[in-house]
Amino acid sequence: MAQFQPLFSIENQNMLTAVQPTGPVHDGPALPLGDWRRSGKPFLIHLLGRIGNAQIGPVYLGGLGVASLVFGTLAFNIIGFNMLASVDWNPLQLIRQLFWLGLEPPPPAFGLSFPPLAQGGWWLIVGFLLTTSMILWWVRTYRRARQLGMGTHIAWAFAAAIWLYLVCGFFRPILMGSWSEAVPFGIFPHLDWVTAISLRYGNLFYNPFHALSIVFLYGSVLLFAMHGATILAVSRFGGEREIEQIIDRGTASERAALFWRWTMGFNATMESIHRWAWWFAVLCPLVGGIGILLTGTVVDNWYLWSMKHGVVPSYPAYWPAGIDPALSMGVKP
Amino acid sequence: MSRLMKRVLPLLAAGLAAVLLAGCERPPVTAVQNGYRGTGMEQVNNPRIDAKTVIANQAPASPAPASGDGPRAGQVYQNVKVLGNLSVGEFTRHMVSITEWVAPKQGCNYCHNPANLADDSKYTKVVARRMIQMTQSVNDKWKTHVGSTGVTCYTCHRGEAVPAEVWFAPPDRKYAANSVMGDLAGQNQASPSVGLSSLPFDPFTPYLKEDKPIRVEGTQALRATGDAFNRTTTKQAEHTFSLMVHMSNSLGVNCTFCHNTRNFQGWDDAPPQRTTAWHGIRMARAVNNEYLEPLTGTFPSNRLGPKGDVAKVNCATCHQGVNKPLLGAQMVKDHPELLAALKPFVSLPAPVDEALRSVLYFGVGSGALEGDQAKGLGQLIASMSSQPRLKATVSGYHSASGELAANQELAKQRAMSVRDALVAAGVQADRVVLEKPLSAEANLAGEDPAARRVSVTLK
Repeated sequence: MAQFQPLFSIENQNMLTAVQPTGPVHDGPALPLGDWRRSGKPFLIHLLGRIGNAQIGPVYLGGLGVASLVFGTLAFNIIGFNMLASVDWNPLQLIRQLFWLGLEPPPPAFGLSFPPLAQGGWWLIVGFLLTTSMILWWVRTYRRARQLGMGTHIAWAFAAAIWLYLVCGFFRPILMGSWSEAVPFGIFPHLDWVTAISLRYGNLFYNPFHALSIVFLYGSVLLFAMHGATILAVSRFGGEREIEQIIDRGTASERAALFWRWTMGFNATMESIHRWAWWFAVLCPLVGGIGILLTGTVVDNWYLWSMKHGVVPSYPAYWPAGIDPALSMGVKP
Repeated sequence: MSRLMKRVLPLLAAGLAAVLLAGCERPPVTAVQNGYRGTGMEQVNNPRIDAKTVIANQAPASPAPASGDGPRAGQVYQNVKVLGNLSVGEFTRHMVSITEWVAPKQGCNYCHNPANLADDSKYTKVVARRMIQMTQSVNDKWKTHVGSTGVTCYTCHRGEAVPAEVWFAPPDRKYAANSVMGDLAGQNQASPSVGLSSLPFDPFTPYLKEDKPIRVEGTQALRATGDAFNRTTTKQAEHTFSLMVHMSNSLGVNCTFCHNTRNFQGWDDAPPQRTTAWHGIRMARAVNNEYLEPLTGTFPSNRLGPKGDVAKVNCATCHQGVNKPLLGAQMVKDHPELLAALKPFVSLPAPVDEALRSVLYFGVGSGALEGDQAKGLGQLIASMSSQPRLKATVSGYHSASGELAANQELAKQRAMSVRDALVAAGVQADRVVLEKPLSAEANLAGEDPAARRVSVTLK
């Protein structure tokens, strides 16, 4: 077994990619007729090789990729110019307040109609452009995966994220009958929306789908950390060659499995750990989207809903029971 | 990794950390539990910031009390409309205090025309008079919010003519008109009014001036139909949130100070401070609408906001970073003239002093003989001592304003005061007859000084 090792040494912690094989770069397999040519001559960057593959390019742009970029760039620019206009076309303020600026959906009075440009019209246009861009990009990931003979797991994982985006900005507003319920574009503005929807609908904390979503979010993080750490820890035995080890279980795989069986009695396999990670990641936006879709359309107050169904514990009284002053008689308004 | 990178990387990391953390408070902070354990109900305080807040919120020492005796300010000075019923000493003391509180650098002449102190030509004097009435009204009618601690001019002014924390309607964007881009929708700017968040930057107009609904949460678990359907939108929740951030900032407290944050709308499991705050919102609204808005035309334009509106109050105007303004200093107990509106000072007519008849006049709501009124009995007492057969019939009257039952009691008290005065002057008690008049009420409406009287006739 392993000989004596110091408690901590940098050499044994593979924090950055230690192995960086270089050789002649190439484009990848030939593409059938009808596909675009790949653009860019591939080259190597050593520093990038420390965190990923040193080879950059070539990129397969394709018709879908170009269309997606056109729609995405349009959306990005319309948001940007609206932000610039909102600080009276002052570029310094645009940089200074970038995280605060936003593009708001129309006010509630407009319902689902098309509002004037200055009152949410731009928001609706951007929503259309961005959605188109994302869906085109989704088709692109599907098509490229198929072209390479791969499974379409990446496309479906991406679809889970698009689902949550569409629930927040499209499906739920339509069910609520108002674009105003949708998420604004902007860093802090969209975070304010998150807080506001929770405040309006009686604390999203008590939405069980929100709870599930958090389980899968934190679960993803935990699984990712466990898996990454396991592989790095056995990389000295060739553990990073995971796929080979699925079939030809070598000492790396055996040690990793033993470690988890010793520490928690159960272990995933070199193959199944990736299914765990994929499902956790996909379920996070999937169930989150269900929770948002039910908010306001079916459930109006999640706290009261949880009280009704015994989800909320009751605590001993800490203060004398308060009375809503708006209800008590004889009180000054 | 090259040696240079090994040296540069930590420096870069430290620099990045410094930039990212620049907006943060330095730890450690203290957390004080204010609810059931394990529910996250706690107040987080930064002792270093608190130390500065304590220094900034000290109340000034109260001046020595003045004697309440002697002639009234309304008798001695002209045009004293609000504080006329104070003694001259109390009145002067108040004038000294208000100068210290509001215009210590500018002095008396900030409000007064030095050539004629009674002159109302300076707008500051007109405003100050109204503000004294506002302070009295707050202390009297808004005990639900200010309790017995009350407020004085200093609570807001802190030695400044214009309180540091007031609000105006925000200006429009420079290029807002005819612009199809950059609609703010009332939010999405780094705004100090909402703690530099991007929330709606004017939480005051809808809630502290207008009476827009603050509550956004539904009272039913499931979405209701028909009239019970809660139409409040998520955007409205953002507006309510902005008001709450303003309150939290103004008072230097967390949400948990007033709310049981697992159920923001609940009253039955909320800290009692929420009730006080609820009244505070109504108080600020009343002060803005009843006292400040009507003064818009009184102020010169340089004192008005970018949209020509008057400076108005919000929570920060009094609180200035602490949950009890001036850390709960009991200033107003040393300034009783600000506790409630004083009875107006009205000079009484001279008493009627005849051989067989006296008429004595009384102050508003007073059953006691004041000033020179008792002298109106002089000739009458002389007649009674020279002619032992005569008996005095005493009848009390009251003015038309006020409650009838209380007024009738007052009229009786007035009559009894006069009987006591006669007895004290040596008239035998059995020679004084109290006679309830057919109608003790004056024919005149309102507060006619001639109505508040006792008539004595000899028979």
